[in-house]
Amino acid sequence: MRRYLEGSHAVAEIVRLCKAQVISAYPITPQTHIVESLAQMVADGELNAEFINVESEHSAASVVQGASATGVRTYTATTSQGLLYMIEVLYSIAGLRLPVVLTCANRAVSSPINIWNDHQDSVTVRDAGWLQFYAENNQEACDLHLMAYRLAEDHNIMLPVMVCMDGYILTHAYEVVDLPEQSQVDKFLPDFKPIHCLNPDEPVSMGVLMGPESYIETRYAIHQTMMDALNVIPGIADEFEQVFGRKVHCLIEKYRLEDATQVFVAMGSMVGTVKEIVDGLREDGQKVGLLKVIAHRPFPKRIVYEALKNAREIAVLEKAISLGEEGPLLSDVKSAFCGQGNQPKISGFVLGLGGRDITKKSILEVHDALSGSQVDVKFIDLKI
Amino acid sequence: MVTELFSSGHTACAGCGQALGARLVVETTGPNVIIANATGCLEVFTSRYPESAWGVPWIHSLFQNAAAVASGVEAALRIKGKLDQVRVISQGGDGATADIGMASLSGMFDRGHDILYVCYDNEAYMNTGVQRSGLTPFGSRTTTSPSGKKSFGNPRPKKNIPEIANAHNVPYVATASVAFPKDLQKKVKRALSIRGPKYIQIFVPCPLGWRHDPGLTYEIAKLVVETGLYPILEYQDGKLISVKTIEAAKPVDEYLKLQGRYAHLFTERGKDEIAKIQTIADSNIKKYGLLKEGKEAQKKMAAEKLAEEKIFTTAELSKCDGKDGRPAYFAYKGKVYDTAGSDRWADGAHYNTHFAGSDLTDALVEAPHGDEVFERFKIVGVLKA
Repeated sequence: MRRYLEGSHAVAEIVRLCKAQVISAYPITPQTHIVESLAQMVADGELNAEFINVESEHSAASVVQGASATGVRTYTATTSQGLLYMIEVLYSIAGLRLPVVLTCANRAVSSPINIWNDHQDSVTVRDAGWLQFYAENNQEACDLHLMAYRLAEDHNIMLPVMVCMDGYILTHAYEVVDLPEQSQVDKFLPDFKPIHCLNPDEPVSMGVLMGPESYIETRYAIHQTMMDALNVIPGIADEFEQVFGRKVHCLIEKYRLEDATQVFVAMGSMVGTVKEIVDGLREDGQKVGLLKVIAHRPFPKRIVYEALKNAREIAVLEKAISLGEEGPLLSDVKSAFCGQGNQPKISGFVLGLGGRDITKKSILEVHDALSGSQVDVKFIDLKI
Repeated sequence: MVTELFSSGHTACAGCGQALGARLVVETTGPNVIIANATGCLEVFTSRYPESAWGVPWIHSLFQNAAAVASGVEAALRIKGKLDQVRVISQGGDGATADIGMASLSGMFDRGHDILYVCYDNEAYMNTGVQRSGLTPFGSRTTTSPSGKKSFGNPRPKKNIPEIANAHNVPYVATASVAFPKDLQKKVKRALSIRGPKYIQIFVPCPLGWRHDPGLTYEIAKLVVETGLYPILEYQDGKLISVKTIEAAKPVDEYLKLQGRYAHLFTERGKDEIAKIQTIADSNIKKYGLLKEGKEAQKKMAAEKLAEEKIFTTAELSKCDGKDGRPAYFAYKGKVYDTAGSDRWADGAHYNTHFAGSDLTDALVEAPHGDEVFERFKIVGVLKA
């Protein structure tokens, strides 16, 4: 059913349709509309779930960890400082192989305090063992949440999933979204069946102490699962299309890449703006394309390479930076070309931090810089 | 004792009070329980892969979130409709409870989860090598509150977590010591019979951290109660419903001297510090009415009041001379005292100088002691000349 909804409400509707059973969250802007909607659904009896108000994000993540370990479907949402405050629990959730789903309403990090959008929060936790997807628009945010539960609970994966959607730009934007029917969701997403859970009938010890003789194997297992997920995801995306009648991209999306020599690479909502620029440049006869990265972890390195291998000039646009190095996505894209015969020019551009508007002019500035020499970090729209 | 809920073979030190406490708790709860455990000694010595001492479902996540993880477990059981069949316990050491996990514990209390939180209080961060926690007692030395030229160890008293729990209006709060296992198990049972958040804090000696003989765990866990330093209390709905009374309070140095963590106080300059610790014990005794003697003293006072009504004439008193099996009484400033029980009186005579059956009021002037000694004697009546 097509509905005109705020992004936060649309995501809440999907979480309702996915029948999350324990939801826990701590308020932080701009995540609040999602969890407020869910609290109201529980209060109105539309969603049979325990909504647990907590005293911190650390506890929000811990509550869903405990609930997931007890064998129920869980949900939490946060952003920025909240996500950073959760970090050690995020690692622990992944380490225990618990299929928690989390929405990150992407926001800048302090200091200075800034409630507007960029990707520094979620990019910081990319190594925690969570699958991490970035949505371009609200429809994609909805679809990625459906995929998130299905992938997290797949017995070949059993890892937590973080769906990243740009704070305000998506969470507070009204768009038409196609919400599925309950019967479709039930078909795509069966009841959660844990492999192990906390149950007195079959007692298990979870989160035990492991010494040098066994710890590294746990990390190997998670990494291997991440790599395997790259193969599992396309099959499940096909199922998604069969059930919902709509294609879902989960790893990357190629936009006018076929003969492109100049390619933008980007994640999240700025992709929409870049697409318009690509269209304009194409009208001028320029061979320009776009690679949208959706899966930041696992990073589909081989697929990214295949998509970009014919490009001569690549511009990685990011709303994040590893301070003292370069944009994290730039490093990933460069590594995809490492050891390959062809070495295109791969430049990194940092823009939109702290909610600075990314305009068409910003993207054109990137395009202008592309023909110059390779740059590792070029800030766009700086006022200095 | 071998049990399948908490197996032997774990790696706790000899004499570990925490292992003893944890075993008593889980044996009391039985198998239908899920435990969320904080990081710390208990987690480490029971769960080294590929072995586990736990025969009940058990989860460990982090240092400060056991109460929040337990909250999630409880919420999941609630939504599954299984909360009637399975109880939830959250547990950790004093650091996990009173310091780093204070906020998550407060959240668990505040939300009213049906969880029993058990704090195993060994009064410092033992797993990391004996650092000071918020429950480290005054005067105890740890590696981060060492004694030295300018320090007598930890300068602060213990945080009062039971009172903090009470301030959350939780329905059941208790303290216990592993020296009194029946009391501890009774409290665990009572806690589990009550719905909502519960808090039990158990005193668990740590031979390694406290530097005492591992064979003294029980003795130390008993002495801490008998000195008044660790009041054993029970609150229901914020009201104190029981205290473990003490026959006669033992001086704190009897407890302190057994432990290396207080050794620095047994010096000339440490005397004042021991006096301060005695003050803490005395204050507990008074605040919680711990002394059985207090009750006895009241009874004694009541009995004396009755006795004072018995009037002795000088003639009657003279017959109470302690001879031929007669009682040995003497009078002082109008009151008649019984010498029974005094080792300084024999056969009605005090050092062959003073004799029972007489009024000794004037004799005291010559005595090497004052009238305070008469406090030891029972008053049996008054003398009417």
